[in-house]
Amino acid sequence: MASDDIWILGIYMTKFGKHPNLDTVDLAAEAAMAAMSDAQVSVRDIGVLAAGNLMSPGGGIGQQLQKQIGQTGIPVYNVANACATGATALRTAIMAVKAGECDMGLAVGVEKLAGAGLLGGGGRAKSDHNVYEPHGRYGAVATIDGRIGTETMPGVFAQIGMEYGHRYGGASFEMFARISEKNHSHSTLNPLAAYSKRMSLEQIMGDVMIAYPNTRPMCSANCDGAAAAVVVSGAKLKTLGPDQQRRAVKVSASILTTDPWEEACQVLPDVNTLTRNAAQQAYAQAGVAPEDLDLVELHDCFATAELVHYDNLMLCAPGEAVPFFESGATWRDGSKPVNVSGGLQSKGHPIAATGIANIWEVCHHLRGEAGDRQIPDAKVGLAHVIGLGSACGVHILERSAA
Amino acid sequence: MGQQVPLVDYLVLGDRPHLVARQCDACGARFFDRRNACASCAQTEFTGVDVPTEGELRTFTIVAYAAPGVPVPFVAGVVDCDGTSVRGNVINVTPDPEHVRTGMKVQLATYVVGTDDEGTEAVGFGFEPVEVD
Ligand SMILES: [Zn+2]
Repeated sequence: MASDDIWILGIYMTKFGKHPNLDTVDLAAEAAMAAMSDAQVSVRDIGVLAAGNLMSPGGGIGQQLQKQIGQTGIPVYNVANACATGATALRTAIMAVKAGECDMGLAVGVEKLAGAGLLGGGGRAKSDHNVYEPHGRYGAVATIDGRIGTETMPGVFAQIGMEYGHRYGGASFEMFARISEKNHSHSTLNPLAAYSKRMSLEQIMGDVMIAYPNTRPMCSANCDGAAAAVVVSGAKLKTLGPDQQRRAVKVSASILTTDPWEEACQVLPDVNTLTRNAAQQAYAQAGVAPEDLDLVELHDCFATAELVHYDNLMLCAPGEAVPFFESGATWRDGSKPVNVSGGLQSKGHPIAATGIANIWEVCHHLRGEAGDRQIPDAKVGLAHVIGLGSACGVHILERSAA
Repeated sequence: MGQQVPLVDYLVLGDRPHLVARQCDACGARFFDRRNACASCAQTEFTGVDVPTEGELRTFTIVAYAAPGVPVPFVAGVVDCDGTSVRGNVINVTPDPEHVRTGMKVQLATYVVGTDDEGTEAVGFGFEPVEVD
């Protein structure tokens, strides 16, 4: 192992779902303590903490976490990057270690969202006395959500999938529902998933329509959860024990991008270009090709999103995402298993935790510790998240040679 | 009858309602809100331009579940108005997948959104199918 490589030394995700008796700090602490235990290190070994939480009031989750698990005076970075917050926390810790500021870092993402309902959308509250006055960047005299398009996440991502279908053809309501059928089927093997019931195609298509073509089970599940990872430099890892070295997972690429200008990006977020850019940079940094990937955890916040990311991550030829899916490739017994965890639609999407939880899933397989859902002999995996706004994180991970 | 105001400042009312955009003098990128510099090329000069009122529906969703106070279902979409992408609802159409298709030709249409306590009407816009005989 090269001294300037970065490795995941320990990693953990809590059960995703409802945790009525645990608050945000409790969940973050459970994940952080367990990740350090998995790494066989203590909080005194950690030189930097990067922490993310989007939805809880109060802020400063990093310092709140320190008060729960150990106030060692190290620098804390509280990060926020929409649904890419977890990946951003991990990347922040990696950058600090890579810069030589310390040799070990901790990244944590946590969210309490159970019962949060629909995210995005709405507008300012109506007052009793109503006189039209222009407000905001568009000089709007009344709420524009619902009048000039939609700001709801299911609606935005529905349009992203429908646009792909318009451009390349073949994307029907049933095809999108079949993507969801796959992920709900995968989730039956994941005891940490918020929902782990198989759903038939008929159940998925017949469920409550949220934003055509996304029905309720085709949308990411709001839930509580946390995930944490300990990262270490190659130089430090060489000094650690054989068991730590054997279970360490190499971070072959760690990339974060934002959306470059595209003509339509101001009216419909462009989640494609920044994902493709991140994937290209990640494959180059890792010296890995899409064909080399044994499994992929990608950001299926909606069934319509999973489709476009097959193409953006170059798992298929350009424009071929529909036939690629229909070939069965992305099922767990296919040639390119995608979201064997169940994905955000069934595993759940506690926003700031998601970008570390997907790394946990990949690491679990690369270590050969994934139990019933183990992808046999997995050596290389990719984890992808996207946060609207937009930010995209892509990490490529490789099994230890030790 | 009271006066009318546009729902947003980039909608121009009158005999021929249309949308306006701020166009970057250097690269032609168009914006519906103010920018200090062009997001595409970083130059700082802009000129107001009219946006074509006819276009093609490039994508849509039928929103069945929205924030409180937003009437559903409605069709939200993106219309390619001869190279300028515009966000808007598809209106004057039955909101189901049999009546709304990507690629369909649409044109700008206005409607009264509401009336305030002083009798002023707010006028919004959407895109309706172009009748093909
Ligand atoms: Zn420009």
